[in-house]
Amino acid sequence: MKRQIPVFLVFIFGVFMVFQYFSPHEASEWVYKFLMDWIYIIGIFAMALGIWSLIHVSYDKIKHKRHDWGYSVVTLAALFIMTFFGITGFNENGDWGFYFMTQEGLTNPMFLNFFNYILVPIETTMFSLLAFFIASAAYRAFRARNVLASMLLVSALIVMLRFNPYFGDAFAFYMNKTAAWLLNVPNMAAKRAILIGIGLGMVGTALKVVLGIERGYMGKG
Amino acid sequence: MTNKKDTNIFNRMMSIDRRWVFLLLVIVCVTAYFIPFTIPILIEPEVAVIHEFIDTLPPGSIIFLAIDYDPASLAELHPMTYALLEQCFRRNLRVMCTALHPNGPSMAEAAFLDVADSCRMDKTYNGEFFPAREVVNGVDYCFLGYKPYPALVILGMGTNFRLPFPADYYGTPLDSIPLMRGVQNYDQMACVVNISGTSGTEYWISYGQGRFGFPLALGVTGVMGAEYYPFLNSGQVFGYMAGMLGAAQYEKLADNPGKAIIAMKVQLYAHFLIIFFIIIGNVGFFMDKYKKKREGR
Repeated sequence: MKRQIPVFLVFIFGVFMVFQYFSPHEASEWVYKFLMDWIYIIGIFAMALGIWSLIHVSYDKIKHKRHDWGYSVVTLAALFIMTFFGITGFNENGDWGFYFMTQEGLTNPMFLNFFNYILVPIETTMFSLLAFFIASAAYRAFRARNVLASMLLVSALIVMLRFNPYFGDAFAFYMNKTAAWLLNVPNMAAKRAILIGIGLGMVGTALKVVLGIERGYMGKG
Repeated sequence: MTNKKDTNIFNRMMSIDRRWVFLLLVIVCVTAYFIPFTIPILIEPEVAVIHEFIDTLPPGSIIFLAIDYDPASLAELHPMTYALLEQCFRRNLRVMCTALHPNGPSMAEAAFLDVADSCRMDKTYNGEFFPAREVVNGVDYCFLGYKPYPALVILGMGTNFRLPFPADYYGTPLDSIPLMRGVQNYDQMACVVNISGTSGTEYWISYGQGRFGFPLALGVTGVMGAEYYPFLNSGQVFGYMAGMLGAAQYEKLADNPGKAIIAMKVQLYAHFLIIFFIIIGNVGFFMDKYKKKREGR
């Protein structure tokens, strides 16, 4: 019974969602919206579980002074500080207070400063490091060892040079044309094949779940 | 211990220490950034079509702008958002906006405030004079903010914006916002422009354009560039801006040069350096191969 009820529920809701997609009826829309609200509710519980897990793991690491425990201190400090500033702020009358249900925390100067002057530089720095890794990886990987590697190398050079303005208009025109062909024909053919494969795989997996063949979501296959 | 045969010039050309590559890249990028020069930007049709579409909309039309990126993609995507917003407000178009990425609301808010500031000055774009104007929250734009589960939010907005967003980002009920009068769902939007550095783009294509059929344009990061071309050719996406290059092209079309056009010269010279290293590596590879063949190894 413990295994049959979840399989039955998944079947009922799975089949309903398939038919609902094609039915514009008001009743079907109402049930659909009701089910969507449940996703948010489940998500909120999942978030609470995630936060508890983060606190538990970090606290444990700090308590036993495990490897790199200092990072856990930073993690916990950031979590509590951002939460505190996110739910406190000044209202229209300039009174400071806790605001759980309204948006005052989003305009808290400390919340904004932490975002603008800590998170933004950290994230932009991390992403900009990609340029260095790409440069190093391109230098090491783009070797014309065989025909396929040579094709990859030539394609990369064409795409990189397509907007080079120093070799004249005719060169730029043909490079641009070739780059557009590379993106629109071979690239698109490969992408479409992958997308169709992914789509069919998703349909297959969904059917297996709905029909109770795939039961991995219950913890044990 | 290093063998003598491994230390010949060709082997060294193939195995330059990565720190030299990094150092030279920094020097090239910083130098290109500070030397004042511009490079010509060629316009691609998939970018031009977005500009033309927005430019020809009647005043008062509403554009839906989905800002789904975080500070990591700011350098490439912020210029697109700025150029597009400025074009919309100068043409008296109205903008509805969501940010379905947790760090997106701050990106969107910064863009609205900065562009509203810019609109307070007289400007001339493409030979057309635009007098200064005040851009008012709730009248000229409505920022709905962030909600988790992008697929559900996109589907919900297709029925009514009020379902996922009963109030805007600032807590004002949507029914009290002047821009929202008579606005129910995507049917009132002239188009949706998704500027994204995440897989949220797929949700806009599948659950948004696929189900509700609105005209959709995309602005994505360079690394996502090749990913979405199939949707352009299938007609699911009518316009496409990819990476810094796409942003620079849009800035040029809007006659509003900004950070993307400046960054293009940095990117071009970084590409030259990468090509230089690729050539060095390949020359070393072939010469080493030739040398070994000649020595009968």
